[in-house]
Amino acid sequence: MSSPLVRALNVHKRFGRLEVLKGINLDVEAGQVVCLLGPSGGGKSTFLRCLNHLEKIDAGSIWVDGVPVGYRLDGGKFHEIRERDVALQRTHIGMVFQRFNLFANRTAIENVMEGPVYVLRQSASAARETAERLLTQVGMMNWADRYPAQLSGGQQQRVAIARSLAMNPKLILFDEPTSALDPELVGEVLSVMRDLAQGGMTMIVVTHEVGFAREVADKAVFMFDGTLVEEGAPAEVFSNPRHERTQQFLSKVL
Amino acid sequence: MTDVLGPRIPDGEIPIVPMRKWGRWVSAGIILLLVIVFVMSMRHAQIAWGDIPKFFTYHTMIVGMYMTVLLAVVCQALGIVLGVIVAIMRRSSNPVIKWSAWFYIYIFRGLPALLQLYIWYNLALAFKTLGIPHLFSVSTNSVMTAFVVGVLGLGLNESAYYAEIVRAGFNSVDHGQIEAASSIGMKPSQAMRRVILPQAMRVIIPPTGNDFINMLKGTSLASVVGFHELILSSTDIYSANFRIMETLMAAALWYMVLVSLASIGQYFIEKKFATDRSDPSSMSMGKTVRRSLSMRGVFHLSERNPGVAL
Repeated sequence: MSSPLVRALNVHKRFGRLEVLKGINLDVEAGQVVCLLGPSGGGKSTFLRCLNHLEKIDAGSIWVDGVPVGYRLDGGKFHEIRERDVALQRTHIGMVFQRFNLFANRTAIENVMEGPVYVLRQSASAARETAERLLTQVGMMNWADRYPAQLSGGQQQRVAIARSLAMNPKLILFDEPTSALDPELVGEVLSVMRDLAQGGMTMIVVTHEVGFAREVADKAVFMFDGTLVEEGAPAEVFSNPRHERTQQFLSKVL
Repeated sequence: MTDVLGPRIPDGEIPIVPMRKWGRWVSAGIILLLVIVFVMSMRHAQIAWGDIPKFFTYHTMIVGMYMTVLLAVVCQALGIVLGVIVAIMRRSSNPVIKWSAWFYIYIFRGLPALLQLYIWYNLALAFKTLGIPHLFSVSTNSVMTAFVVGVLGLGLNESAYYAEIVRAGFNSVDHGQIEAASSIGMKPSQAMRRVILPQAMRVIIPPTGNDFINMLKGTSLASVVGFHELILSSTDIYSANFRIMETLMAAALWYMVLVSLASIGQYFIEKKFATDRSDPSSMSMGKTVRRSLSMRGVFHLSERNPGVAL
């Protein structure tokens, strides 16, 4: 029996006196697409950022591929590890941001090559080959030599997806990848993500795109006020939500 | 007379009369008058203008000019290297390192450069020798030459200011860039080198040119500790020939030459680092001028970047 690729156990997180995560448990199997849904301020993005240790958790544990994220387990205790060792763990965990965050001083293809060349120490020619393949995959090869400021939001986000793919990650975290886009640009990004999901990539997606979640997700998860109130197959939870708050939320967004 | 429908509109093309810009003519007249007064009074001044070129090229003057440039370049280089290090230390998660850097800036920025020069100059009064006990030691006076005093006094002072410039540059880089660097597994040192520093450059470079121009003139302070830069060379010359104004004018001319050269250098360095990423705020001066002078510039840009989304 194989363990899940991602396992979050009783994750707690507080910002000052505000408790934003109140004990989250979640399992994600390899190849699954999990969508985190719920109102703003419910803790979805914070939880996602905890998964690659951009936020430090206060209690609980997060395991990716059997390794605790941000810590070393030794003698029954979690020992904090240095930022450079966390960096090594993050090479396996891709992330796509709401604001794209492409490196503003590098072209599209340089953005995609940056990680393979400077983190994975691949040769520039090998990295370029991979980058060209990935840019083609996301439909951005014609814009390879453009700088981020010369691209639309949807184009930047597609390059950002290629950049995270270039690290050959075990899973990719998407933090509201279409929330900063003009409505007509949302489709091109979702279509790239749909292709990724069909290709078997493990994805955890914080999104407000209920249609995407319903169509692509293997599991939909609803978070309110720092707690995970409901999870299940989208067809099930969307048409037949059990929890009252899920019902209220879905009646507003559907 | 107007009727209820408003003024009658004349038939055909209506000519436009440009507004008279009286202010320009008036101000030009006043300035011209002031220039004439200034030139006339200079002709009556007790300055032998014809002698200035001679003093300008005096051997002592030329050596002083070289020394000014040498001290300014060394001090600025030291200021940049130490300033970047201190600025990076201020970002450290280690509170001891962070607050040490803060204290360094507090001291070396807080004290007047002239006072710092005097302290280094008189260091021998406090410490006869410098070194590590039982290992080696040297006489303080043999180490503290006028040049070394100048470099320490002005360079360390500059490094404190420069650290603040670099810090402003770091702060100008969007935090999302750092998160993106982390997310592809960059170590903090890699993110600093590959992502933060290059993007901070755009903010750091313009004040660097400013600082260097200031430094060129600031080296004159080192004259008080006996460093033979332009000012001390000039006073040497005029105490021998008593042509005080002529000599000072020659020195002034040299400062203007050096500052002008530095300004030209600054323009080209800024142009190189103000990397045009089609972000209008980062356009180089030349491009801004060209763009505002002719509409052609705009067409050129949009021709090259047909897919630009603004």
